[in-house]
Amino acid sequence: MQEILEMFSYPFVVKALICGIAVSISAALIGVVLVLKKYSMIGHGLGEVGFAALSLALAFNLPPLAVSIPLVIIASFVIMLISQKKGEAGDITIALVSAGALTFGVILTAITKGFNIDVYGYMFGSILAMSMQDVVISVTLSLALIILFIFFYNRIFMVTFDEKFAKAKGINITFYQFLISFIAALVVVIGMRIMGTLLISSLIVFPAIISKKLTSSFKGMIILAAVISVICFIFGMIISFVINLPTGASIVAIYILLLVITSIYNLIYKN
Amino acid sequence: MNLIEISNLTASYNGHVALEKININIKEKEFICLVGENGSGKSTFIKSIVGLHKQDKGIIKTKIDPSQISYLEQFNVKSLDFPATVKEIIMTGMQIKKSKLFYTKEDYIAFDEICNTLRIKNIVNKKIGELSGGQRQRVLLARAMINKPKLLILDEPCSGLDVKISNKLYGILLDINKELGTTVVIAIHNVDELNKINEEKKVKIRVIHIAKNLKFDGNLLDWKGL
Repeated sequence: MQEILEMFSYPFVVKALICGIAVSISAALIGVVLVLKKYSMIGHGLGEVGFAALSLALAFNLPPLAVSIPLVIIASFVIMLISQKKGEAGDITIALVSAGALTFGVILTAITKGFNIDVYGYMFGSILAMSMQDVVISVTLSLALIILFIFFYNRIFMVTFDEKFAKAKGINITFYQFLISFIAALVVVIGMRIMGTLLISSLIVFPAIISKKLTSSFKGMIILAAVISVICFIFGMIISFVINLPTGASIVAIYILLLVITSIYNLIYKN
Repeated sequence: MNLIEISNLTASYNGHVALEKININIKEKEFICLVGENGSGKSTFIKSIVGLHKQDKGIIKTKIDPSQISYLEQFNVKSLDFPATVKEIIMTGMQIKKSKLFYTKEDYIAFDEICNTLRIKNIVNKKIGELSGGQRQRVLLARAMINKPKLLILDEPCSGLDVKISNKLYGILLDINKELGTTVVIAIHNVDELNKINEEKKVKIRVIHIAKNLKFDGNLLDWKGL
């Protein structure tokens, strides 16, 4: 307990905590839409693209955010565009893009600086990486998303539930699809340094999947996903600090535990 | 008045030509049965009208606002595990181009009305996944009908439903056309059942038979079958 209290006296921990909570909320909100629209794999693909972007930034000493934000956004649009055109080929596109991006990142890292501590941090996440700039960006993003979800709740519900019906009603579906990819890209870029590029997709997918098991309404799922996401993040961060584990993996371990518990609960309850 | 004017429509599906040089006008208050075998191009035709499929050639002139058109697609089972109640789903039919932060009192009155018409008042708080096939189709029909569209387009709404439930649905559609003057376009496999239901309702039914080209377009009474 003493250790936990002490942990929050470090400014870098407080920064990571604020960033992490903000990113957790954002990831949970967009995650609900992505999971229900069966786009769960987009987060994973974008994480790998993020890794490639960070390798590029590291190799040429460029600012990480300045390189990764545009690259990941472009990748998210490309994935969305191809998924739209080819329908079910979306999965394959994501698999190819993520494998390609990871390969590019690994080769680039190997021939430039080698696998040092920075790269390790990018892949598996570190709470040491957060700056004041990150705090501002992540809090702004999460506030913007919360406002968006409140004001456009009915529209988000409609488009998520049935795109074709909405399109036939003359609603601009393409705009919503690209907005969703754009937000997913931002969440991935901002969250990947805490979670690690390999595990950022879990932050998007797990809260939605767990909350879907526990509630039967869309509104309930959104709120519960955000709450679960924040709680798991805080617990994960404490574990990560106390037993010195990578943050991303600690958080995902908690998610998995919670998913197992809710699945067992559902199994018993439903029988 | 024409609601939709289609001239010289040619469209492909999966690389082959599904529709060729179709010329059809859809007029106000008509009840149109779109018939044809599986793969004859009915769905492609409907999707082209509602803007879900891009045609290769030809012009589709929509004379009414898209918000006045409602569409019920075929095989709507994909969203069964979606966390949503019947009420939430039906209310989305009230959304037009501008997003609504809250639904108005009038929206809820329209909701009550359509639920009464389709006799689904008792299931409005159920989850979509808990419904039977017939109930689900009525819910999706309610969503399509709630904002009193001028044109209602349904792509085989009775596939997968048993005869009794299909007949009920046909009855409802004929009533909607007769009483509210809604233009109905329904893709259908077999018009015989619908024709039987219509014996007492006496709605004038126009049959359009598509098999790549336009094979027949006229009154149901002159229709000799596929």
